[in-house]
Amino acid sequence: MAGKIRVVVAKPGLDGHDRGAKIIARALRDAGMEVIYTGLHQTPEQIVETAIQEDADAVGISILSGAHMTLVPRILELLRENGVEDVVVVVGGTIPEDDADELRKLGVAGVFGPGAPTTEIVDFLKGAVAA
Amino acid sequence: MATTDRKEQTGGAGAWRKRYEATPEREGELFSTISGVENEPLYSPENVDLDYERDLGWPGAYPFTRGVYPSMYRGRLWTMRQFAGFGTAEETNTRFRYLLEHGQTGLSTAFDMPTLMGYDSDHARSLGEVGREGVAIDSLADMETLFDGIPLGEVSTSMTINGPAAMLLAFYACVGEEQGVPLEQLRGTVQTDILKEYIAQKEWIFPPQPSMRLVVDMIEWCSERLPLMHPVSISGYHIREAGSNAAQELAFTLADGFAYVEACLERGLDVDAFAPRLSFFFNAHLDFFEEIAKYRAARRIWAQQMREKYGARDPRSWLMRFHTQTAGVSLTAQQPEVNLIRTAIEALAAVLGGTQSLHTNSFDEALALPTEHAVRLALRTQQVIAHETGVVNTIDPLGGSYYLEQLTNELERQACDYFERIEELGGVIPAIEQNFMQREIAEASFRYQSEVERGERVVVGVNRYEMEEEQPLEILRIDPALERKQIERVQAVRERRDAAAAETALTRLKEDAAHDDRNLMEPIMAASRAYVTMGEMCDALREVWGTWRETPVF
Repeated sequence: MAGKIRVVVAKPGLDGHDRGAKIIARALRDAGMEVIYTGLHQTPEQIVETAIQEDADAVGISILSGAHMTLVPRILELLRENGVEDVVVVVGGTIPEDDADELRKLGVAGVFGPGAPTTEIVDFLKGAVAA
Repeated sequence: MATTDRKEQTGGAGAWRKRYEATPEREGELFSTISGVENEPLYSPENVDLDYERDLGWPGAYPFTRGVYPSMYRGRLWTMRQFAGFGTAEETNTRFRYLLEHGQTGLSTAFDMPTLMGYDSDHARSLGEVGREGVAIDSLADMETLFDGIPLGEVSTSMTINGPAAMLLAFYACVGEEQGVPLEQLRGTVQTDILKEYIAQKEWIFPPQPSMRLVVDMIEWCSERLPLMHPVSISGYHIREAGSNAAQELAFTLADGFAYVEACLERGLDVDAFAPRLSFFFNAHLDFFEEIAKYRAARRIWAQQMREKYGARDPRSWLMRFHTQTAGVSLTAQQPEVNLIRTAIEALAAVLGGTQSLHTNSFDEALALPTEHAVRLALRTQQVIAHETGVVNTIDPLGGSYYLEQLTNELERQACDYFERIEELGGVIPAIEQNFMQREIAEASFRYQSEVERGERVVVGVNRYEMEEEQPLEILRIDPALERKQIERVQAVRERRDAAAAETALTRLKEDAAHDDRNLMEPIMAASRAYVTMGEMCDALREVWGTWRETPVF
């Protein structure tokens, strides 16, 4: 595809665990993507607004607060309501396997747990955005 | 035989080095600590600068390198203090009682994200977060439930709370009052360390300046009213979990500690009136010797600075007591049972480093909050170290190890370099505002991750010895219905209370907050007794002080 892949790395919810989000943001940038990091404590509305404003190809959601089953579906819903459901959504964090299955059913393209190498996430996004 | 003769026979260090260099080293792996400190193949008197009395001294005496008490674990073991909290106050009360029945000796409370951020459970921002990562406490009513049947005069309680620490301490003190326990008998620790929130854990409410004022208010109030309470636990744990290395954890934690000391001195408090109640909280990561060196260096630096720089005269002001928790960040979701072994090694480092209390993580925590089974195994790990290994029989048993002493010196040196750099930026708060520590941590974290991805750092089960995952583990699930239940509880409290009394208390809090010279603890106590919620108090202070938002760097 033409141009750089534009990714919004987003931290919804109230948890402040941003080690993973920052590592991923940097790895994506080093892989040649345009990365917009939202910072912490974002509402689903703020995240979707950023994704639209930044004309993002993908949104990477990092969440370790346990609220993923509330916040991620809400983000997907808002993307649909705003007509930008073509944005690739991936989620990273401590997501139990059952929840990950459920999130995939709802439209999340990929779920990455602790220990996932950044290269795997980079490759996945390149594939998913090109598709 | 004289030493010189023996040296002639063996050839001394030079001959050893020749023989050493004749053998090739393992290829492709790093010979450095997990934090990147280069390791020599061997340490001997030739590469350690050590003056025993000056650098180590004796346990319980300045500079406390070998431990803060003369008898250490021969007198009393460390406190085994497992951090717990989930769901509503009832669930956590049950877990507390379970832990006390199984031999735990202190309580430690984990609060949920909305509580940490100063939101009540029915706030819009709390949606989906209530009771997920800790217990939800909205008002004194929840605190009454949390400690139901637990006599506060007999336990020591740690509360991991920072932004709204003053409110939670007030709730606890009110429960004490209701149980008829005099405030001066309440024992425990409130984390209250807001500086490391801006640096690492990122659960803040107000901007740094008014937050610091609230911390000093608590310190001042505790030194007068709750002399057995540690009002601040200056924490490196979260700094390490955010991806820092050992030297950064050491340096930023101590720098924060000195910033609190300076803020109290500015208030006009006498250093010896509050310093003995300051306590610390460190991480226990996997690099065994580096961690032990970190604790020893921390004690030595604190003692030196408190005595020499801040003029403390009471020896209790010089000694650094600390809690330790094994590194959550070192746990893997892959082959999670292996985490039992990691945690055991980390816990052993904490004990050999002379910790006063210890939390061992459960092996399933890279997946979810721990089950009862996993928590019990974590506690048993400490019990095995305490009762079966014999490491408790001798004080600072590794003291004098050439390697350990050299590493202790090296960490001290790195920390002092950081102190200078922070000083050059104008102190801790200006350095935070300039993202200095945040950037240093992000760098260290990315460097480590890159080493793992290149295979230079081995993580068993993640980048070596991987296998297809076996059966999924049984994990703890939080019932989503708890959120609704907690929302109803807080709303019922607001319905039930004397509305006029609550209003009066809130107005007074706001007014006092606008005056820098008023201590806010009594108005917060009064609001707590009137069942004003934690979120309402925080909202009142947000109105006066504003909120904080960082410009993130990665």
